[in-house]
Amino acid sequence: MTTLRHAAAIAVKDLRSEFRTKESINSTLSFSVVILLLFAFAFDPTPDMIAEFGGGLLWIVFVFAGALIVNRAFARELPNDCIDVLVSSPASGASLFLGKAVAAFVLLFGIECICLPVFGILYNVTWWRSLSGMMGVLALGTWAMACVGVFISALTVNLRLREVMLPMLVYPVLIPAILPAMMLTNTLLTGQPLPSDFGVWLRLLVGFNIMFTTLSVYLAETILVR
Amino acid sequence: MRTKVILALGAVALPLLLRNLYAIMFLVPDEMEQGPIYRIFYYHLPAFFTAALCYLTALVSSILYLLKKDQKYDAIAVSATETGLAFAAVNLITGMIWGRISWGIWWAWDPRLTWALICWLVYFGYLMLRSAIDDPTERAKNSAVLSVFASASVAITWKAIEWWRTQHPGPVLSIRTGGVQKIDPIMENMIYVNTVALLFLAAIFILVRLRQEEVQREIDALRRYAHAMN
Repeated sequence: MTTLRHAAAIAVKDLRSEFRTKESINSTLSFSVVILLLFAFAFDPTPDMIAEFGGGLLWIVFVFAGALIVNRAFARELPNDCIDVLVSSPASGASLFLGKAVAAFVLLFGIECICLPVFGILYNVTWWRSLSGMMGVLALGTWAMACVGVFISALTVNLRLREVMLPMLVYPVLIPAILPAMMLTNTLLTGQPLPSDFGVWLRLLVGFNIMFTTLSVYLAETILVR
Repeated sequence: MRTKVILALGAVALPLLLRNLYAIMFLVPDEMEQGPIYRIFYYHLPAFFTAALCYLTALVSSILYLLKKDQKYDAIAVSATETGLAFAAVNLITGMIWGRISWGIWWAWDPRLTWALICWLVYFGYLMLRSAIDDPTERAKNSAVLSVFASASVAITWKAIEWWRTQHPGPVLSIRTGGVQKIDPIMENMIYVNTVALLFLAAIFILVRLRQEEVQREIDALRRYAHAMN
């Protein structure tokens, strides 16, 4: 219970600090919209093409945006050695990790909820056909990104090449979650009947979240205590 | 002592590899549909098993490092990972050569192939992470944690062959089909024998790499000592 209370305090602190400066929100949001525009310039999006890879396109935008958000998770604690103060505080490594992951999740999910209608307008997609399913898939995929991203951000926070190393480590580890999220989003976007392997992809996404959340919570203390 | 072990392993591995090469080329029967190219499986599958075992060794060593904080386990983990990456590359390349002949393309975005590539990339990231950290204790700790993370990709690659029915051939070995014989027992035995040969080879690589790693650590320690004395 104490762990959760500490995690909530850290999440609130991160969100409050982010909403005051709006550094990550503004840059990530504008970056996401620019990528959506660039994809539209790269090819002439027809309804058939969007049905085929709309989900993939959307998740590529989210994953790029996610790297910007999670990169800041621990990096924002570097000035004035705030990270050392956090680590030496009564909050455990697990609650530090959980708090930061929840804050990253909230920020990312908010940005995705803004990007989704923009995507719908630019690519002429009726994305709200199965809104609850879509939100569920978004939440699962976003938690995977926040969880793995924040954990690896803790691993790389003191590295010289942090900005390069983070995406290089996060993306391959994240593919088992992003691939099902892409497949499921594609199916939900087109409104077609659920294919036979829908359950396999969904199980993989849920399984990934359970496995990596458990591992991250368990190993967070090891990583954060120096 | 370790040199003797390496030489002994080499003395077993070399004749076994040569004997297997001869048997694969001239003794085992031809496959009915694929022709001679199927023989590449005698290296493709054993290379995957060897890589998986190397990754497992790296996982166990990483967990032991996290529990005991002994640098020896970190050295074993990095040696096993590098060896595993080499065998995983053999698995990918032989698969690509087979795909070019059988499917007409070098690479198909088939889930099973893709997972194998992802797995390779994750472990390559492990080596990149190591090269970016200077402090030995920090490097050992962070890479041990990443190795535990990376092992999840191996588990998915291992199961991918069962979860997705794609153009990549499904499991054929009786150990993975619940005892159902899908290929000639001579062919299946050949795969096992060659796996043993590649495992010997992997053990040699790990031991040689381990010695390099230990020497490198000694040099680094002496360098730090000399720096401190100045």
